[in-house]
Amino acid sequence: MRPRAVAQIAAAKVRELVREPEALFWVFVFPLLLALALGLAFRAGGSETVPVAVEDGPRADWIVEALAREPSLVLRRLGPEAAGQALRHGEVVLVVRPGDPVRFRYDPARPDSQLAWRVVEARLQEAAGRHDALRTAHEPVQERGARYIDFLIPGLLGMNLMGTGMWGIGFSIVQARSRQLLKRLAATPMRRGEFLAGQILGRLVFLVPEAGILLLFARAVFDVPIRGSWAALTLATLVGAMTFAGLGLLVAARPRTIEGVSGLMNLAMMPMWILSGIFFSTSRFPDLMQPLVQALPLTAVNDALRAVLLEGAGLGAVAGELALAGLWGVASFALALRLFRWQ
Amino acid sequence: MSDAALWCRDLVKRYDRVVAVQGLSLAVSRGECFGLLGPNGAGKTTTVEMFEGLLRPDAGELRVLGRSWGGRGDAALRERLGVTLQETQFFDKLTVAETVRLFRSFYSRGRGPEEVLKLVGLAEVASRRVRKLSGGQRQRLSVALALVGDPELLFLDEPTTGLDPHSRRQIWEVVGRFREAGGTVLLTTHYMEEAQRLCDRVAIMHEGRVIALDTPQALVASLGAEHVVEFQAQPIPDLARLRELPGVRSVHWRNGAVHLTVSEVHRAVPAVLQELARQHAELTQLITHHATLEDVFLTLTGRSLEEGEPR
Repeated sequence: MRPRAVAQIAAAKVRELVREPEALFWVFVFPLLLALALGLAFRAGGSETVPVAVEDGPRADWIVEALAREPSLVLRRLGPEAAGQALRHGEVVLVVRPGDPVRFRYDPARPDSQLAWRVVEARLQEAAGRHDALRTAHEPVQERGARYIDFLIPGLLGMNLMGTGMWGIGFSIVQARSRQLLKRLAATPMRRGEFLAGQILGRLVFLVPEAGILLLFARAVFDVPIRGSWAALTLATLVGAMTFAGLGLLVAARPRTIEGVSGLMNLAMMPMWILSGIFFSTSRFPDLMQPLVQALPLTAVNDALRAVLLEGAGLGAVAGELALAGLWGVASFALALRLFRWQ
Repeated sequence: MSDAALWCRDLVKRYDRVVAVQGLSLAVSRGECFGLLGPNGAGKTTTVEMFEGLLRPDAGELRVLGRSWGGRGDAALRERLGVTLQETQFFDKLTVAETVRLFRSFYSRGRGPEEVLKLVGLAEVASRRVRKLSGGQRQRLSVALALVGDPELLFLDEPTTGLDPHSRRQIWEVVGRFREAGGTVLLTTHYMEEAQRLCDRVAIMHEGRVIALDTPQALVASLGAEHVVEFQAQPIPDLARLRELPGVRSVHWRNGAVHLTVSEVHRAVPAVLQELARQHAELTQLITHHATLEDVFLTLTGRSLEEGEPR
């Protein structure tokens, strides 16, 4: 393997990406926009309110008055038909039907419906004369590292490592193949390994700005903590990048057309977008699915990044995750070398 | 055989059920410019790519600079070869100079990027992106990349197809200089003029076989006729009668026109006109020209080189 050839291939790759504004947007800007949008939408401590409908009927006014003091509720007075429709359309999460008994109509599978029911029930019972037997007090806590944005940022970083690694490598290889360029390269004394190593090196050049910008942005805008050591963070990011570079090579090993590789790419990434804990915790999936969920490389990378960033985990604590991700990377790379088609 | 730059015997290549090359044998000497001539689909590119080590023959033997493909020596052999493929698109967003430097890095020895670009006349556009090049400039870049490793042997697969006459001449000049320096060239083309101008010897290929092989002059001379008379007439004249006219060597019917190879134009033309008048056929067009490789191909196959359908 000759360093000059590897460096030239990597440089070609970097130039191709830097000179492609659309690609720069997807690698650098898009994750920031996503973080900003989700961070704002799910910001903690915001005035979280739930919309509730009160149907017309006897003592409806009394109910509205009893609930009016509760700041977490937004009330609407509606006729029975309109209330039912509002519930179906998700405009309200709970319908209160006056009468004896007072009826609550809601979908128990919706967490905010559950919340609304508990709040409404408590307020109505108080208004009807129930006294609390126990005194309680609330202390709102907003700890860095426990908010949604804190959960989200490592997931977005993992997602970006996957996207850039797989698209950045897969797309350009298949494009080169469809243009006969791979075949032309195969007619030079360039070694196979030099080409593949150059691809991965070129990919790694982007890692520093790509991960750095997202983390600095998260820190500056949302005060997301970076608790782990730089060594652990660097290694976790590096392993993640290499893993998906290897998967990208594998996916791009044979397809001849951009359409072909796009399909394969989505097939490989889609399960991980959903299952690997980017936007919500993997613990939401049933036990039956957990072996699959936990075996995915992005799950391992996300878990490692979260542990390092949020819990300050050291390398020892995330060794298992990194080993799993690394195994995926090495196996993909080896398979890609065998399957790779130059023409 | 051992001193030949290129040598093959009984070469066969099949794609699925189509036989692209069937039993080809060739020997190209060092310093020679050898042309493979034929329509699209004749097996030229398949042949060249087997020599380039990009395709594996299904049967037969093959040597390039005395070596065969498929071993530890492949990379060392590639150091000595320069290749242009048909229709390669290079990295759009790299500049011309960056592309040449990239390819230069694959060779352990070779020419400087500036030197190569000057050689093919691209020095002025060295900092231009490949995407912005004209067709002729791209083709010259392709030749520059083939020359950057200072090869002994140059493969050119239809180097001037689709180019304007000026670009074509520029590429011919580059090939000429490469040959003056002692280089060997294997070239495919379906342009007669190109083969006649550049090649020491030409193999005419048809349906995966070599149907004639000699110097361009000898191939044309083999027609036994130096001229071609081409005409259209209404109604279509009786071809059998034309064949018997003085000075006419052969008669072909193609694309609505009659092609006669003739040894003596001054005798053949009046005879043809007389015969047409006798048949009450009205002449609508008449052209005469020197016989070329095109006419050789037509005579051998009854088809024109240009008729081959694009793949």
